[in-house]
Amino acid sequence: MKRREFIKTGALLVVGTTAAASTLIASADTTPALAVLSPHQAQTLLRMSQLIFPHKRIGDAPYWKVVADLDAAAKADPAVAKLMAQGVAQLDRSAGGKFVGLGKKRQVALLKAIDKGLFFQKVRGVELTTLYSDPAVWKALGYPGGSYRYGGYLHRGFDDLAWLPNPPESASPKPA
Amino acid sequence: MARYAANDDSVVVIIGSGAGGGTLANELCHKGLKVVLLEAGSQQSPATFHNDEWFAFNQLAWLDKRTASGSWRVAKDFPNLPAWVCKTVGGTTVHWAGASLRIQEHEFKAKTHYGAVEGTTLMDWPLTLAELEPYYARAESKMGVTRTNGIPGLPGNNNFKVMYNGATRVGYKTVHTGRMAINSRPREGRSACWQLGFCFQGCKSGAKWSTLYTEIPKADATGRLDLRPESMALQIQHDTGGKVSGVLYADKDGKHQVQKARIVCVAGNSIETPRLLLNSASSKFPHGLANSSGQVGRNYMRHTTGSVFGIFKQPVHMYRGTVMAGIIQDEAPLDTRRGFAGGFEMETISLGLPFAAAFLNPGAWGEDYTALLEQYPNMAGMWIVGEDMPQAGNAVTLHPTEKDQFGLPIPNVHYDDHANDLAMRNYAFKKGADVYKAVGATRTIEVPPYPSTHNLGTCRQSEKPADGVCNKFGQTHDVKNLFISDGSQFTSSAAENPTLTIVTLAIRQADYIADQCGKRNI
Repeated sequence: MKRREFIKTGALLVVGTTAAASTLIASADTTPALAVLSPHQAQTLLRMSQLIFPHKRIGDAPYWKVVADLDAAAKADPAVAKLMAQGVAQLDRSAGGKFVGLGKKRQVALLKAIDKGLFFQKVRGVELTTLYSDPAVWKALGYPGGSYRYGGYLHRGFDDLAWLPNPPESASPKPA
Repeated sequence: MARYAANDDSVVVIIGSGAGGGTLANELCHKGLKVVLLEAGSQQSPATFHNDEWFAFNQLAWLDKRTASGSWRVAKDFPNLPAWVCKTVGGTTVHWAGASLRIQEHEFKAKTHYGAVEGTTLMDWPLTLAELEPYYARAESKMGVTRTNGIPGLPGNNNFKVMYNGATRVGYKTVHTGRMAINSRPREGRSACWQLGFCFQGCKSGAKWSTLYTEIPKADATGRLDLRPESMALQIQHDTGGKVSGVLYADKDGKHQVQKARIVCVAGNSIETPRLLLNSASSKFPHGLANSSGQVGRNYMRHTTGSVFGIFKQPVHMYRGTVMAGIIQDEAPLDTRRGFAGGFEMETISLGLPFAAAFLNPGAWGEDYTALLEQYPNMAGMWIVGEDMPQAGNAVTLHPTEKDQFGLPIPNVHYDDHANDLAMRNYAFKKGADVYKAVGATRTIEVPPYPSTHNLGTCRQSEKPADGVCNKFGQTHDVKNLFISDGSQFTSSAAENPTLTIVTLAIRQADYIADQCGKRNI
């Protein structure tokens, strides 16, 4: 399967696919087997990704996929591995201990302080494509994904909105 | 499929297979000319398209490295993606939304009607609406544009219902499902629209006109088309007399090939077209081909754009159905009392959740942003597309240091918003929000421009050779057998989505080329 790419803030981010990531995940809420990231780094990145795009409805599994994709990116590119290691270490230094041990308010403040930097941007960029390409996240947020296999919406509610009057046929003709 | 020899110098070489190049190829083949169509991207089909935004983006978009600079927000948010255009057979007609509007009469005379707007290089076009009307009619027939040629409009989706009700409540009068090159009825072997909601990802139903499965197979059926996908033009070559003589390109294996030519037509979209001319500089043409005016790459326009999304108490499901079949046209006519020159159209737009997350507020994160995304099912959206001002400094230039995979300088796209662009955008944001508030929006959000899909003006038509790159037929002032065949020709941007006009100009250019060939002028 093709890698996902997205161009963001000065760097071409290459993200491992969620398909690759999902094979690394033993079960929904446990730590995946990781190639490069240490358990502590993974926990820190997990927490970070939960704070960047927080959704109460989706549990931990979609965020673990983000961590798995960051691990895949780190495995593919030593520069990314270094960026992750240094980023986590810097967050811990700023926390005066372990970032993951702080309260949410303090964690958000520490992330705000680094959100223009390469480390944060890399994590956010990977998370943006991984999290919002995850069918579990689509389902939780009310997006059904592809429609072709169901024949589109022609007979499945493309014009079913009932809380406003229908436009006249001159503006909106009937379907064929 | 025809196969012409590399040294066959009787062929027309067209670079790019989108709205301009794909159409021109078909028209020329039908007139009996031999055409080699070079396309940098690979060939897809409705069967290989995917209803998945990131997958389709990677499959279809032009992702070769580019840089962006200037005051526009795109330079900050997407510094390596100034434009969202395609690298595939069919070019950006694979991705386009289908909106097909004629440029208005006064817009062809922008300078005359708007006056000298300070800081701009505004000019009148060297042609008029009256000259183009018969060609517009041919283009609309070819593309099957709804509300022309007796073709009914598309049925409006939920997103349009919200737009229509809001627009009429604030007093707008011209509101309908648009003139769209998307079949509302089966036509010419292509189905009617399935309301898939994935127009931008390549239309899997084939209802949307794209050169990929209309013009190009029709050209092929003549036996005169030699289509060469995965062939990246690197340099246009010329003879000692200063006429172009062939094109150097890299084939799918990266191997250099030269195709000789009688005529070369460049239709690489408004970034690659000037880049190719600039990269074709020689001792005879030290500033690039067809660039004695110094205008190649300048006057880059991208339309004054932005989006407004409204959030409602009840569901909209904007992602269902034809993405852009909805328009408010009341702000498009000539009206200089609003504090800016030019007009704008308001058109329905929707994004799937993956792109909503990426584009609703690029760079945003945290609880406020995700709370917004959690309103996704209750969102309605519109896109603003308006006339922007040509400026000499808004330009596609060659990067001083960075090179592409072929060793050629990559393009930089510089764009500073003009005060007129900002005034129009702010006005349009407010008008768009008013539409949604009129039907009970609990919140409206102003979304900054996406990477440019409408790229215009970088080899513009001009009456005088000193003011532009080509004449009113797209023939370059400097080299009579070299043509500009895409949106780079536009003298001004007008407010309308440009594809219909690009196709119209290509049909007209084909007539001119055939005529000039017949007279042995080229």
